[in-house]
This record gives sequence, structure tokens and C-alpha cells, in this order.
Amino acid sequence: MSGLILDFEKPIYELERQIDEMRNFAVTENIGALNEEIQRLEKKLARLRENIYADLTRWQRVQIARHPDRPHTLDYIAGMMTDFVELHGDRAFGDDKAMVAGMAKLDGMPVMVIGHQKGSDTKENLMRNFGMAGPEGYRKALRIVKLAEKFEMPVLAFIDTPGAYPGAGAEERGQADAIARVIYEMGRLTVPIIVTVIGEGGSGGALGIGVGDRVLMMENAWYTTITPEACSTILWKDQEKAAARKTDCAEALRLTAADLLELGVIDGIVEEPLGGAHHDFSAANQALKTAISESFAEITSTPIDTLILERIDKFSNMGVYDVVPADPV
Amino acid sequence: MSWFKKPNSGPKKGDGDRRNIPEGLWIKCDKCDAILFKEDLDRGFRVCSKCGFHFKIGHQKYLSILLDEGSFEERETELRTTDPLQFKEKQNYPDHIKNYQKRSGLTEAVITGKGAIDGRLVSVAIHDPSFIAGSMGSVVGEKIARAIRRSIELRCPLIIISTAGGARMQEGILSLMQMAKTAIWLTRLSEAKLPYISLLTNPTMAGVMASYASLGDFTLAEPGAMIGFTGPRVIEQTIRATLPEGFQTAEFFYERGFVDQVIPRPELKETISRILSYFPDQSMSPESAEEGV
Ligand SMILES: [Zn+2]
Repeated sequence: MSGLILDFEKPIYELERQIDEMRNFAVTENIGALNEEIQRLEKKLARLRENIYADLTRWQRVQIARHPDRPHTLDYIAGMMTDFVELHGDRAFGDDKAMVAGMAKLDGMPVMVIGHQKGSDTKENLMRNFGMAGPEGYRKALRIVKLAEKFEMPVLAFIDTPGAYPGAGAEERGQADAIARVIYEMGRLTVPIIVTVIGEGGSGGALGIGVGDRVLMMENAWYTTITPEACSTILWKDQEKAAARKTDCAEALRLTAADLLELGVIDGIVEEPLGGAHHDFSAANQALKTAISESFAEITSTPIDTLILERIDKFSNMGVYDVVPADPV
Repeated sequence: MSWFKKPNSGPKKGDGDRRNIPEGLWIKCDKCDAILFKEDLDRGFRVCSKCGFHFKIGHQKYLSILLDEGSFEERETELRTTDPLQFKEKQNYPDHIKNYQKRSGLTEAVITGKGAIDGRLVSVAIHDPSFIAGSMGSVVGEKIARAIRRSIELRCPLIIISTAGGARMQEGILSLMQMAKTAIWLTRLSEAKLPYISLLTNPTMAGVMASYASLGDFTLAEPGAMIGFTGPRVIEQTIRATLPEGFQTAEFFYERGFVDQVIPRPELKETISRILSYFPDQSMSPESAEEGV
């Protein structure tokens, strides 16, 4: 655990430290009179937590989504499923550690799982490319969802990536082709697919495993077409200006779970413990497991042909435009 | 005044990148610096006669190159871009759109409709670089999806000519979802066993390349076109090195197995027509086709 404290959380930790100090002092000096003061501060702390976390800005949520202690795909697999058998490799070039895949049982039900995987420390992050998958990752995902189709196992996809890996090798081996093909195949896959954005949903790299019958989002996850930083760089060119405006770009992009629900892109928001999933993994895990199970229950009796038609409808309806009367010929 | 002009002035309605449109009689090739007679270029394919460089062209030029004369009927002209995110960072999105509409004479970055190639009915969608570099938002995605549906309804082949920097960030997640929308309609086209020819022109990148542009049954590319997912500048920042000459060009991806043929513009119609000749014409006659499809 990094224990990283985000800027906007500092007042909380400062007050916590004060309370701790006072409590220690009260014990060592045996001053019972301080108890009242401690209780008062604890109430203040609870209020402070509520105030800070209840009204997070979009940029603050982006920071929570990127918190190094935030649970990742393998944590949720271990937390809510059993008998995980990890499957490796794309059968063409290599094994991309930024994308994990395998079979697992959810309350005894066999499922196929695919998901981006970030590291929990620098060393693991280097191995996993910070959750940025290359074509091998997307081809592995494609192989696994086709396997799911063959054995009639539902698919669970967990999105958590700042974007697809922007390296030369990834490009050379067909990053765009690999992403396009998995989107396409998931569009017509003959088993149910439930997608959850658990952390970062960066661009095509996220959507690469994002087509499904239900798309859920953790409360503090973000999902849009570009990172706030890249958006800012494109708009403002100048590096300093771009760095200063990234928070405004996060606002402009409307990239939070609440935004996406309003825009008709996701089906539900999974509530997180106060301060984010890393503050209480077991609560976050339980909430997500419940949401996934409920989603399965909603679609489990739908015949697969109908489900695919509904999937097509679902994505066909995404987008906002006006229709004006046709020009007279 | 000099006797020739660097191509940098005066936008012209819907006819490609404005830098390529000169006011003078002569134009200098971007690649080999040859001085070319503008009228020759315009009458031909806008390809440099010395080195084969393909100048950017707009949808109208592609229509005249590809389709039988007078056969094109535009559709989806009623779709208009809105401002679902109320995007105001640096510039109001509606103002941005209005500027491009004024400059390009187009309502959006792709033109869709139907027409004929050597008498064969086809559904076509052509990106135009003069409108926000051909980028994809809700309207572009919807028009592409409807062009695919038109193929299915009329039982005719689909041709998409792509040029785009990618998904348009001012529509955020909705732009991204157009990748899914278009790809999912292509699964239906596949089911209907109708051919889709994807032509990649300069440049076809990011969200467009990672969806319908990559999903052709037949993938053609114009010589020298930049193709890829990540832009070269971002790659160079990632790898902290300069990319070799020709990285991410049509020829580069052809060598790596992602493109069927690199086709010079003068051979485009003939090539596409030859591909189409392998598929029986099962298109609906104009009379039996529903009005307005
Ligand atoms: Zn030349």
C-alpha cells in the first residue's frame, strides 16, 4: 500500500493526526477531561469527510480512479470469484501482462473474465505497462471471449486503463486492428457480457473490451475519449498552460459515472465506500459483486438472439444529434 | 507577386485541406518540390506527375473519381451536431462547428449516400478533411451507421473512404461510443454477406482506424497515407526516440499485413469495380427499394 494522500484529502488526515495525538496525550497523562474534546473533534472529522467526499470535482474523481492503492482487476477476481484459472497469451506474438484473462466461478457459475491490469507498485507497473495494453492484450481478450462463446460461459470485463499502449511496437503490430476486431466480435458474441469500468476508462483502449449487454461503472471511475491531460495539451499547446487547465478539461469532458449515466452510455453506478474503493476494499468488492449478480439476473432469461439485438439497439442509440427538416430539392 | 503560390490560401467548398488549394496557376509538390500546373492537377487526380505524391482531396473529388457521373444521391443531410457536453474549454463547441460549416460549406465531416460504380449500386460514406480534419462525433458515427444500414436494406456493397484524426473530444464519451455503434452495425452487414471495401486515405488514425476503417472485408490504402492508432508525436514522446522515415504509412502497414493493396488514385475505380465483380448484383431495383433509403 502506498498510503498516498491526495491533495484535497489533506485536511482529513491532518485532523486525524491531531485526534490521534490528543488521544495519546490523554492516555499517557491520564487526562480524562480531554475525552469530551476528542469526541467533539471526531464528530468534526466525520463531517469533514462527508463534506469533502460528498462533493468531489471531476478532477478529484480522476485522482481517486488513479490512486495506486485502488483495487484492480485481479483484486476483484480474488475478492468475488473462486477457482480462478489464468489464461495467457494471444497465440501469435506474446503475453500482454497489461491485460489479464481466465476462467473463474461467480457463486459457482463459470464465467470468463478479461480485464486491464495495473501494477500495485513501480516494479509491477513496469511489467504491466501501467495497464496500457498492446495488440497482444486485445488479441488475448478476443481469444478468451471466443472461448467463452464456445463453452457458453458469460463474460465479465473489467476496464481500468489510461489508454492503449502508445509505443512503436504496438503500432507496428496493429494496435488499431486489434482493438477494432475485439469491439466487433464482442458486438456479436453469443454469450452475455457484463462490463464494469472499475478505474480509468481511457479512450479506445478502454472501449476495446467495453461492448456488452450491461455496462456498469464504479462511482469514482472515469471513462471518455481522451485523458484530461491529453485533451488539455491538444487545446492549449503550451505545456504550462496545458498543465494548469487539465482540471478544467476534466470538467469539460464530463467523464464521471454520473455524467455517463445521464448521457445514456452506462446502465448503473456502483457506489463506493466513502473516499473511494481503496478505503474499504471488502465493501467495494461486495457492492460490485451485488451489482454484477443483479445485472446477470436481469438478462439471464433473455434468449441470446434477443440479447444480441438488444445489444445492437443499445449501442445504436448512443450519440446525440438534431434532426432538421430536409432541404427542399 | 511571385509567379507561383505556396498552397496556403483560400478555402474552397468541401474540397479537402485548404493548404492544398492555391490561388495561383502553379502549385509546388509537398514532397518533391516539383512545380505543377494547377489546372492539370485539378483535371486529373491531384497526384504529382513527378513523384506520385497524393494531394489531399475532398469528398466531391472522390465522388467524381469513384462514382458514375450524376449517380450520387446524398442522404442523411438532416442530421446536425449539437453540444451534448456543453463543451466550453478554450472554445464553445457550437462556435467551433459553425466556423467549420462556414469554411467548408459542409454540415459535418462525412458525406453519405448512394451511387453507382460501373452501373452497380453502392452505399458510400466519405470523410472530408475540410471539416475538423474529418473527425468523428455523434453525427459522423450515426451517418456511417446509416450508410451501413442502407447497404443491408438495398442489399448493395458498402464503400467507406476514411480520413480522420480520430474521435472528436468535444463530444467526449459519445464520440468514443460511435466506434462501438459503427462496428456493431458491421456485424449485421457481415451477417447479410455483403462486401465492405474500406479505403484508408491520409490520415486515418485513432478511433476511426480502431473501428470501421479497420474492419473492411477488403482494405485498400492510398500511397503515402498516414495510418495508425497513436499519432507519431505521442509515440516519439513515449519511446523517447525519433521514428524512422515512412513509419505508419500505407506502405508500412501493407508490408506488415494490414492492407490488401496500396492503390494509386488513378486506379481506384477500376480496382474497386474489379472487386465488386466477384459479388453477384443482388441490389434492390430503384422501384422496389423503399423511397428515401
Ligand atoms: Zn512530387
